[in-house]
Formats: sequence, C-alpha cells, structure tokens
Amino acid sequence: MTSHVIAVARQEFRIAARNRWVLLAALILLVFALVLGLLGSAPSGSLGVGRLAITVASLATLSVYLVPLLALLLGFDAIAGEVERGTLPLVLSTPVARGSVILGKFLGHLAVIALAIVIGFGIAGAAVMVLSGEGASGLIPLARLIASSIALGAVFLAVSYVVSASTTQVGTSAAVAVAVWLALVVLYDLGLLGALVLDPGGGFAQGAFPWMLLASPADAFRLFNLAALDIGNTATGLAGATEELPFSPALCLASLALWLALAFLAALRAFYRLEP
Amino acid sequence: MTALLTVAGVSKRFGRVEALTGLTLSVAPGERVALLGHNGAGKTTLLRLILGFLRPDAGSIRVGDHAPDSTAARRAVAYLPENVAFPKALTGRELIGFYARLRDVSTDDAMAALERVGLAHAADRASGTYSKGMRQRLGLAQALLGSPRLMLLDEPTSGLDPLSRHDFYALVDVVAAAGTAVLLSSHSLSEIEARTDRVAILREGRLVADAPLSRLQAEAALPVRIRVRAQPETIDDVSDRLGGTRVNGQTVELIFSQTEKMRRLAAISALGPLVTDFDVTQPSLDDIYVHFSRAAGEGGAS
Repeated sequence: MTSHVIAVARQEFRIAARNRWVLLAALILLVFALVLGLLGSAPSGSLGVGRLAITVASLATLSVYLVPLLALLLGFDAIAGEVERGTLPLVLSTPVARGSVILGKFLGHLAVIALAIVIGFGIAGAAVMVLSGEGASGLIPLARLIASSIALGAVFLAVSYVVSASTTQVGTSAAVAVAVWLALVVLYDLGLLGALVLDPGGGFAQGAFPWMLLASPADAFRLFNLAALDIGNTATGLAGATEELPFSPALCLASLALWLALAFLAALRAFYRLEP
Repeated sequence: MTALLTVAGVSKRFGRVEALTGLTLSVAPGERVALLGHNGAGKTTLLRLILGFLRPDAGSIRVGDHAPDSTAARRAVAYLPENVAFPKALTGRELIGFYARLRDVSTDDAMAALERVGLAHAADRASGTYSKGMRQRLGLAQALLGSPRLMLLDEPTSGLDPLSRHDFYALVDVVAAAGTAVLLSSHSLSEIEARTDRVAILREGRLVADAPLSRLQAEAALPVRIRVRAQPETIDDVSDRLGGTRVNGQTVELIFSQTEKMRRLAAISALGPLVTDFDVTQPSLDDIYVHFSRAAGEGGAS
C-alpha cells in the first residue's frame, strides 16, 4: 500500500522533472518573485516597514494568483490525460488501489510545486535579504509564506483532480480548470469588492465579509500571511479586514485544511467512479 | 480441469447499445483461447468486465474464486491493452520498475521480464523513442510480471510485422505451457496464426462459436479447391475425366466438400502422366471466421 503510493509519487515526479515542468514552474515563480522583490520593496523606507516584510506581502499577493494556476496546470491532465492516452488501464489492472494511485499522484505533484515554490521564493527572498542588509529577521515571514503557499498549492491540486477525474477528456478538463481558477481566484474577489462598494452602510464589511474571505482558499491564504505580517494598514488593500478580524488568523489555515480534505475526498469519489 | 476464468450469462449494455448478451465462456489453466470478432463485437468490453473496470448488468464473472475487482483477482490477472501506451519521457527500465512495484515484484524480476521480451538493450531509452513493436513487447514484459495465472491480451499483435508476431506467440506459448490461462482477442483468425487451443467468435455481443479450430473447420464444412495442371493438348481430356471447370489453357479447377477429398485425389493420381502438377487450397482461417460471423448474422439480421 505505502510502497504503491511511493511508486506512483516517484513516477509522477520523474515525469514532471523530465518534462521540464519543475524547472519551468520554479523559473516562473523566481522571475515574478524577483521582479516584485527588487522593484516592489523600493518604497519600504518611507513606510518604516522591513523590506523583506514588504516583499513577503507582495509575494503573498503573487502566490494567490500564480500558485493555484500552477497547481491546476499540473493537475488537470493527471487523470483525464491518462485516460485519453490509454496509460491508466494498465496501472489499474495491477493490484494497486485507486486511493493509492491518486494519493501517489498528489504527493508527486505536490513535491513538484513545493520544490518550485522553495526555489522561486527562496532565491528571491535571499536576494532581498542580502540587498537590504536586514539579516535574518525576515526569515520567519518568508518561511510562513513558503509553507502556506505549498498548502494553497495542495488545495488547488486536489481541486484539479476533481476536475480531471470528472471530465476524462483533457480538453474539457483544461477548460474547466481555467474556469475554476477564474471563479475561485479572480471572480470571487471581484464579487466581494462589488458587494463592499454597494454597501455604503458598512454592515456587510463588518459582518459577513471577513467570513466570506475565510471561505475562499485564496483569500484565506492571503489573509493568513498579511495578518501575520502586521503591516496591514500601510502595505495592503485589506487593511480594514485584517485589523478587526472576528477570528484568529490561524482559522485561515483550518479553512485551507478543510478545502484540501473536501476536495481530496471529492477527487477520490470521482476517481473510484471512473471506468478506465 | 476447473476453469480459471468463468464468465456465466454476462450481459452489458451502454445506454441503448447491447454490448454483450448472455455471454458464457471459460478458460482453464494453461489454455490459450482466442476471442474473435469485428471491431465493436464486444471483445474489449468483455476484457474490461473481466478486469473489473465495468460491472455486468447480468450474469457473473469469476477469476479463480474471486470477484473481478478484488485485489486477489487483480493479482492473478495480467493485462495488455490494445495499442498499449506509456509515459513517453520515461525509460523502459523505469517503466518496468514502476509496474513491478505495483505488482510487488522485485527489480531483478522486472529486468528479467525485460530481457525475456528482448528489450534489455533499449532499457535506458525513453519509451517515446520505441517502435510500435517495442512498445508492445514492453507491454508484454509488464504482463509477465509476477507470474500471472490469467493473461488478457487485447489485439496484441495488430500492427506487428510477421516476425515480431511470431516471437510474440512463441512467448505466449511458453507462458501457457507454464500453466497460465491466456485469453487473447483479435479481429481475424489468420492474425493469431492458429496458435490457440480454442476459438470463441463474438458477433454483436453474442458468442456464435466456441470450439477448437479443427472442430470449427469441420463444422463450417467449407469446400476444398484443387487446381490441376495439364498439357494444353490434354487439358480437355483431363477436364472431362475429373468433371471440373477449365480456368485457362492448362488448368482445371475442382471444388468439392472435405469428405470427398481423398476420393478426388485418387482420381487425379489415376490420371498418371496426364497431370503435370496440382495444388490443394484448404479453406483459409479467414474463410472459416467469415463463415461463422456471417452464418450467425443471417439469423439475427432479418
């Protein structure tokens, strides 16, 4: 059982490494992170906040968009692609349990995402640290960002498996994955923004708004990182929300964990229903 | 001998299409059974049912004493899909190692399987660079892992050159001789080179024949054709005496049933030097196959 999971995970990681997926994902994250880190942290002097803290705040905003996209891109093909290319029946004709297959894929792909995030954000963070001469004080927020980004990647990876196992056609799967990204990462926020604008009395901002942020994995991730940075007022647009949260920022992690668990169960269910 | 694979009264429909209807079939250990049928006759559906990928609407399937989707059944079964595919970026060694781990077989045994199919020299090349024949051999190596008791081969030799096909069946023979039950599908009898103990013919989801090839040959009772050659000046004489049809200036063709064969041959040899040469054309394997898939169709189609 465990050996099956490891075998599948190794196989997936190997394929991603050989297809240059790992390299590409790490490069994309690194380039964006360096640009944000080196240019974006310029105003820190006037704000009186650490340069690395500003960088982490910018990277968190970057992560919200990029990490789910990378995870969906990596995962949409995971099952539908194997069905379409005809490689899945061979795997499922062996004594391996379907749960082991999907868990192994998940771990292999998560390793790819984690490696890309550690390389991309690690190098960018180190560069900012060296340039600003701030020393190791910014390490903890950076580590927190990296770890929570991996968690965010895990959530969207599981979501992409739900899509991949339910559609069984790569084209459809890709389209649905993009739609999911748009809905969960972009449109959801736009909707919340619209609701805030249309709510001059402030009842929505005081009441439902923080909870609705918590309900979205992308916003929960952003909230967690920005709240922990304690620079809400000056550096982010989420000032009002992070200052008077009606719950502990740790609850954001619980939201991510819940999303992960539910998405993974849904993926498992869809995969068990699949007729390869 | 008790059957290793038992398919009893199995029906399966997809929407309004009846893929299999009341199919009953068994395969004993060491037996090689060919499953023949046109594309869409239900061969792949049957194999997917045996693998537990699909559930029958009616009837039952047992692999040994186990249900098809049980771990025990999957341990006993090896499968080679039609047009087998592998992740292109991985090498033969990595792939066979992967399937070996899923089957709880050691890496040494995995390499041994690769050697058995003659792929050891290409073990470290990406499978994307393999020819179709090499991919098929890698698929067979994968199916050899862990000494399966039942081997399911879906159109294993379609698209292979005659030499690869010959090697392929030689390996299947060795596996069957060691006691593995082999069920292989094909769309023509000539493709399988009569290398099976029994032939089961599917037509539109129904079994229309299930017997050894020799018995099918006898049942079909297809005519034998003999062409007799003679000198141009004696050809009319030969034609009259044998009662055949003249094909050209020096050949007479005789068509008659199998039971008449010896009598006709005696008549030909009685002509002595009048006959310069002759050849016998037995009904081909494809003729027999066509006979069975048509004969059943005449009843069902009207």
